[in-house]
Amino acid sequence: MIEVHQLQKRFGRQTVLEDVSFSIPLGESLVIIGRSGCGKSVLLKHIIGLLQPDAGSVRIDGEEITTMDERNLIRVRSKFGMVFQGAALFDSLTVAENVAFAFRRNKTMSAKEIAHKVAEALEMVDLPGIETKKPSELSGGMRKRVGLARAIIYHPQIVLYDEPTTGLDPVVSDSIDKLIIRVTQHLKVTAIVVTHDMRSARRVGDRIVMLHDKKVYASGTPEDIFHSTDPVVRQFINGIADP
Amino acid sequence: MTAFWEKYLTGWLRGLGTYGQLFKETLLSLFGFRMALRDLVGQIYFIGVKSQSVVLVTGAFTGMVLAAQAYYQFHQFKMDTATLALVGVSMCSELGPVLTSLMVAGRVGAAIAAELGTMRVTEQIDALRTLATHPVDYLVAPRFLATLLVLPLLTAEAIAIGIGAGYIVVVYLMKVDSAYLWYNMLRYTGFVDLSVGLMKSFVFGGIIASIACYKGMHCRNGAEGVGYATTAAVVYSSIAILISNFFLTLLFGRLFHTL
Repeated sequence: MIEVHQLQKRFGRQTVLEDVSFSIPLGESLVIIGRSGCGKSVLLKHIIGLLQPDAGSVRIDGEEITTMDERNLIRVRSKFGMVFQGAALFDSLTVAENVAFAFRRNKTMSAKEIAHKVAEALEMVDLPGIETKKPSELSGGMRKRVGLARAIIYHPQIVLYDEPTTGLDPVVSDSIDKLIIRVTQHLKVTAIVVTHDMRSARRVGDRIVMLHDKKVYASGTPEDIFHSTDPVVRQFINGIADP
Repeated sequence: MTAFWEKYLTGWLRGLGTYGQLFKETLLSLFGFRMALRDLVGQIYFIGVKSQSVVLVTGAFTGMVLAAQAYYQFHQFKMDTATLALVGVSMCSELGPVLTSLMVAGRVGAAIAAELGTMRVTEQIDALRTLATHPVDYLVAPRFLATLLVLPLLTAEAIAIGIGAGYIVVVYLMKVDSAYLWYNMLRYTGFVDLSVGLMKSFVFGGIIASIACYKGMHCRNGAEGVGYATTAAVVYSSIAILISNFFLTLLFGRLFHTL
């Protein structure tokens, strides 16, 4: 269970989040939508403890993480996997080394077991046999898939996706959506997806939360949101600029 | 105007606090044995082996220039055979550690700041944290310890090469008697001079690695930020080396003169 309560965040004089509250039960797939710069990625980074709020709380399975130091957060983060907007693969490592990063550091498995796990994870994201490639040799879509393989190889309870389809063509975006649905169902994880892509939001979300004007503006099932008559929600869904 | 100074001072103090925190985390990581040996070996190779050409050229040409200059001055007073003694003392206690450290600050400090800075702006450091890895254990501690261990060795190498190159210049170019030259060098260059040089380089190693890691880990604003962090790492560590060298010279002078 993830509980976000009255979260506030400012960067200098600019308030990004103000009294943001919601909760996500185990196994739910939540999509966070909102206009660029409204604080979606900032909110996601608070949920995994990469940013500290100015006020409010974030609880993961009942544990308050906003007051934890970095060493304690490591333990909580082992429940998470995260797919970054730009994939954030380690340039100096191969695909296999990226995917098996924590396994190689923890030394709890043999090299053979690690290789098997890596092959399995790459198979799941439809990229078998690219273990020896470097991130610079991959396309944008492939990098995101490798990022997803790296996030799911440890069988986390919660997977966070930061704009997984941004910058990809519609066909690759569709394959990423299918992958998110497959991973969520297959591994029975809680998924939080930040996106601008309304088609993707409709397909992958059990529930959609819309951020607007620093707050949670609307929340509901995809059907509720897509049939909303609220002018702000409609403007965002239809992609119409201010006159 | 007051507001500007207030903002500047607050920013500076905040930076100092963050630097102190990073330094504390690094020491905790080192004494908690949280670093992987493989990461340390990789950094020793990068900082030590890959700096060979820079250190050899710096040591050799500094020793040769110093020997030639000293010879021209001493020759006026018929003190030719004291030339290598001056080279020995200067290389051991001052020029060896300072010039080697400045060269390493340029090569290694810049590389560390650029690498960590790029990792920071491309969210690779955040990715590390989400993979339940403390960035200090993986990125900072191995670089810090490797620089501490390697810089005294590089300095010793530069000193030896400098004295050797100076010897060649004075003996084969200036035709000074090698026996007296060598005797005077050993007579006036003490173990204390060498120890002071190596202790200084140990401190300089800490300065270079900590400043470069700090600048890289707190880099902002994309490519421009990486450029700034790289430049700042080299400039700040060079200045810190020169200033701390003065205080270390005073400290070691007091210590070894009173012994």
